[in-house]
Amino acid sequence: MLHIKCPHCGMRSQNEFSYGGDATIKRPELGKEISDQDWDNFVYNRKSLRGKHWELWQHLSGCRQWIKVQRDTATHEIFKTLKANEEIS
Amino acid sequence: MQKYSVFSLVKNALTNHENWDLAWKDPTPKKEYDVVIIGGGGHGLATAYYLAKEHNITNVAIIEKGWIGGGNVGRNTTIIRSNYMHDDNALFSEFGMDLWRRMSQDLNYNVMFSPRGIINLAHSDAQMNSYARRGNSMRLNGIDAVLLNREEVREIIPMADFSENVRFPIFGGLMQPSAGTARHDAVAWGYARQADDMGVDIIQNCEVIGFDVSAGKINGVRTSRGDIKAKKIGLCVAGSTNILAEKLNMTLPIETHLLQACVSEPVKPVLDKVVTFGAGHFYISQSDKGEMVMGGDLDGYNSYAQRGNLPTLQHVLTEGIAMMPFLSKLKMLRTWGGIMDMSMDGSPIIDKTHIEGLYLNCGWCYGGFKATPASGWTFAHTIAQDRVHELNAGYSLNRFNTGHLLDEKGLGTKTWIS
Repeated sequence: MLHIKCPHCGMRSQNEFSYGGDATIKRPELGKEISDQDWDNFVYNRKSLRGKHWELWQHLSGCRQWIKVQRDTATHEIFKTLKANEEIS
Repeated sequence: MQKYSVFSLVKNALTNHENWDLAWKDPTPKKEYDVVIIGGGGHGLATAYYLAKEHNITNVAIIEKGWIGGGNVGRNTTIIRSNYMHDDNALFSEFGMDLWRRMSQDLNYNVMFSPRGIINLAHSDAQMNSYARRGNSMRLNGIDAVLLNREEVREIIPMADFSENVRFPIFGGLMQPSAGTARHDAVAWGYARQADDMGVDIIQNCEVIGFDVSAGKINGVRTSRGDIKAKKIGLCVAGSTNILAEKLNMTLPIETHLLQACVSEPVKPVLDKVVTFGAGHFYISQSDKGEMVMGGDLDGYNSYAQRGNLPTLQHVLTEGIAMMPFLSKLKMLRTWGGIMDMSMDGSPIIDKTHIEGLYLNCGWCYGGFKATPASGWTFAHTIAQDRVHELNAGYSLNRFNTGHLLDEKGLGTKTWIS
């Protein structure tokens, strides 16, 4: 089982969280002219790489906040967690 | 090649089984092939077989990082079905059912195809209505479908929970009598043996390191066992699709996720159908050895681990026990995981790409095993003729761009939304 350190609540078990996918995907800016390809990349296309992966989780059975987690997709090692509004450096 | 038959069995028994031919060779890779298939799983082996058999292209190599049949073709729950509502999925899968019925004869290899039938349970009136609609769509496409009421289901699977006071009572079910199971390893080995006999080189322990692409054309592949030239290359690598796509600077509508399965200790014959739980995601059948073979949801987050996590297993088996309470008495014998190429709409991709000579076969989600023959057959056609067959026209890569999604159940990657 994964243990995820919620930046708001501390270390909690995976059971309290739900997954939200790749955290590096940015929604195209509102009102800006964008191509179909840009939408495609936002909605569907994902790198989904083996290794370090920034992803969104929601602490659903806890503080209900969305957080960012950097996890290795092959070993499940968790390196870092951030609040949703903190930028990935 | 030695033909497998009762006579060859008797003959070899007389010499203590010491004179059987090797089922396939272990060749050194040549410098150049007409076609290179990457991935020695069910789909890759079937593709090579149909390239040789249907299109007379035998200067073909299959390159496999590990050993053939060691990926998802050896890790699935062996279910074969064509109970789809949408035409593209239904016609493709039913074409595959015909290939399954003939497979043991075609390959001279007993794949133990067992058309025992599949029942999808319904747990509400609304679900019965939606199954009636799906069953009617199936019948319009020539696929057998029977809508069962509660009593009819009880007669077939009396061990399911038919008590009155349960959270998800069984209202009925949709049955496809011609669906079933097969011996998964035999499928890989049968295709490998025939492909090898027709001249295909099966090259194991050979990892793809990179690709040789120039001016929008594929020229070859760089591997751990040297460079191999080829004008046509087909990708059949399931959960490793994203890793190879990155080497080609492609980003695909695919995420790699982990799916677990498990078997119980062997018990006497109790269940002669494949049964799925309709109020969640759980499926079960009984193997010829007597083990209950079970599976369900993805672990739910991107993973290349090839091993599962316990919360998902607990969730899946809770559904199983809700459906068939006797399962709680059984001991678990084995659990394992495989990495799935989850497409965004839950349907596969078999198509050409923007790189000339590079063909893509991926996105099989939960349904890769049953698609093995039809996938191999249509992918071989797509590679040999350099155009898609009408059977896989719906499985295009650009459907995500044009909006022609094949959203059969919405069981794509974004399971957290459902």
